[in-house]
Amino acid sequence: MKKTAIFGALTVAGLMAGAAGAATLDDVKARGKLNCGVSTGLAGFSNPDANGNWEGFDVAVCRAVAGAVLGDANAVEFVPTTGKTRFTALASGEIDMLARNTTWTLSRDADLKFTFVGVNYYDGQGFMAPKELGVSSAKELDGATVCIQTGTTTELNLADYFRKNNMSYEPVPIETNAEAQQQYLAGACDVYTTDASGLASTRATFEDPSAHVILPEIISKEPLGPLVRHGDDEWGDIVRWSLNALIAAEEFGITSANVADMAAAAGDSPEINRMLGTEGNLGEMLGLDANWAVNAISAGGNYGEVFEKNIGESTPIGLARGLNAQWTEGGLLYSPPFR
Amino acid sequence: MTTLTDPPAESFKLSMLIYDTRYRSITFQTIALIAFLLLIGWLINNTAQNLVDLGKEPSFGFMNEPAGYDINQRLIEYNSQSSHLRAAFVGLLNTLLVAVLGCITATVVGVIVGVLRLSGNWLVARLMTVYVEMFRNVPVLMWIVLAMAILIEGLPSPRDFRGEDAVASMSVFDSVAVTNRGVYVPEPLFARGLGDVSVGGLFEISLDLIAILVVLGGGLFVSNLIKKRADVTQNATGVRPRTWHLRTGVIVVPLLILLVILGFHLGYPELSGFNFSGGIHLRNSLIALWLALSLYTAAFIAEIVRAGIMAISKGQTEAAAALGIRPRRIMSLVILPQALRVIIPPLISQYLNLTKNSSLAIAVGYMDITGTLMGITLNQTGRELETVLLGMLIYLSISLIISSAMNWYNSRVKLVER
Ligand SMILES: N[C@@H](CCC(=O)N[C@@H](CS)C(=O)NCC(=O)O)C(=O)O
Repeated sequence: MKKTAIFGALTVAGLMAGAAGAATLDDVKARGKLNCGVSTGLAGFSNPDANGNWEGFDVAVCRAVAGAVLGDANAVEFVPTTGKTRFTALASGEIDMLARNTTWTLSRDADLKFTFVGVNYYDGQGFMAPKELGVSSAKELDGATVCIQTGTTTELNLADYFRKNNMSYEPVPIETNAEAQQQYLAGACDVYTTDASGLASTRATFEDPSAHVILPEIISKEPLGPLVRHGDDEWGDIVRWSLNALIAAEEFGITSANVADMAAAAGDSPEINRMLGTEGNLGEMLGLDANWAVNAISAGGNYGEVFEKNIGESTPIGLARGLNAQWTEGGLLYSPPFR
Repeated sequence: MTTLTDPPAESFKLSMLIYDTRYRSITFQTIALIAFLLLIGWLINNTAQNLVDLGKEPSFGFMNEPAGYDINQRLIEYNSQSSHLRAAFVGLLNTLLVAVLGCITATVVGVIVGVLRLSGNWLVARLMTVYVEMFRNVPVLMWIVLAMAILIEGLPSPRDFRGEDAVASMSVFDSVAVTNRGVYVPEPLFARGLGDVSVGGLFEISLDLIAILVVLGGGLFVSNLIKKRADVTQNATGVRPRTWHLRTGVIVVPLLILLVILGFHLGYPELSGFNFSGGIHLRNSLIALWLALSLYTAAFIAEIVRAGIMAISKGQTEAAAALGIRPRRIMSLVILPQALRVIIPPLISQYLNLTKNSSLAIAVGYMDITGTLMGITLNQTGRELETVLLGMLIYLSISLIISSAMNWYNSRVKLVER
């Protein structure tokens, strides 16, 4: 009896060791689904709609990768993660990639052993305060009670900022954006601080968004991007180039509406042809089908379409492109060549 | 046991390990043990190998790096430049604080409820039953979150105290501020304080506190001597001298003198800037956790106390009554001391439960050891294995200390069998 249990355990452990060794691409294909880590709910970035379908700016990255790899933008299992649980989920293999407003930093790269495949939103940390408080600058926040999400860069920047400016504050650590919102609205903290995009998105869900101001100071650089585990560069390449495909598609004027036509036959731009698989074998190099980029772009449109639909100026969140415009428009988005 | 006949001399054969019932069980146990140890060894080896493959060799060096984050409730000096080790220490003290407060409150409430549940008064007994069933049948996490939600949503925020037509005002002669960020109570201050001593460079202890404790201890000691003298007199003469005024005097008078020497006064909280400042700030994360853990555990303790009391035979009560002892004293002098023997062992596990349940603190943002070491530190350094192992070790040590202390107490009140 005891012995059977031990042999059972050995077999299970042996199987697990076997599975961990395989490449992520093969796992995803065998599973037929991409496990993608997103946030627990941040309007415009990743939020389930009334029917339980996930949508948002970060969700779109997951869908593009699922499109590129599996040819089906809906073959995604979304795994909600908090600031605290996201890295463990990725490191342990519970998710194949993480797209959750995550800031690219050196230590997350080199110490936590993750590979950031690019930046899908250039952001910075800001503060939001109720108008009635009468604060107009973050420099006036000495002694304030500040709500922060734990396990974030936010927490570290905040400590640095107040120390540098010789001010004191009372941190109220909170696990999720929803809880932070509740505490902030009840006045349990004076200000809420997180990435400026997150503030805009949180404020958009308030009953009266105009009663809250976002202070002018941006106290940090927060390049947010999707990431994968160290050790599987092939998989990292796939996620990286799926994101680049969305960015390049905007640059080249490929949209969800015209991508099928453009991919039907080779056109006169060699780079577009290579990207859409009518010329060359870029897809094969990545270990994917020739029409991988077509599927990635059809998932939700190019970068600009995804931006406008989820967080752009026509949405309640109303973010301007700013730094996130194409390099041709004076922004920072710049996809390396498809060659 | 003695054998009458010598067993036939028999040489040992290897097959006897399996076929001889004298050896068989040992054989199998040895095999199982070896297999078990191999499994453990393989698991450890596999984990270490996988971590090395990931490029994350287990090491505790990160504990000396600056933590980089701030902690709101710190019982010892700490800032964002302090090390992760110190952050863990701050968290540990917070865990111990809520555990000690929780255990005391849970015991007091639990004993009262347990006794009242046996009350002859129908209404009181039923009310206590409702309390017990309500609290012990809902997961403690819900109580914690509910307590926090009530504190946050139900109480005024500091800005409500501001201005001419403030909607909220301070209570108890303007000395206590009850807000949705916590309760601010007056703090003891010493105009001619003695300062602090540093303990091994690790943390500081207030000399004033030490002085007060020493004087208090001395007072209690003298008071005990007086009591012993009174006992002796009573045994010799049958008359007990009145000593209560003397006994209170030796405790209170030196303490008062010391407080006057130290220039004791109270610092009141007052509104300044965004928050109240001055006074002691009991954060609502602490209050919510403390209340929820105590009330939850008290429900279990009440049942233990009730069981303990009911385990004492009714004859004891009747005998005591026959001796003319009043009902209240029967409970405190006859029943409870005996019931304690039944109560203490399960009480130990309740204390352990409460301490371990305090790790739910992060639900309300209370920075205990789970929130610092196994929360932010884990997350910022990515050292899952190390921090969790360390955390488990710490909880294990706390639990072992609690249970050995309680076991020591148990062996003292235990029935001495002669
Ligand atoms: N960029 C920061 C902060 C990320 C973060 O936690 N953002 C918040 C607000 S912008 C969020 O996504 N919350 C969603 C949730 O609670 O799941 C980091 O990577 O550490």
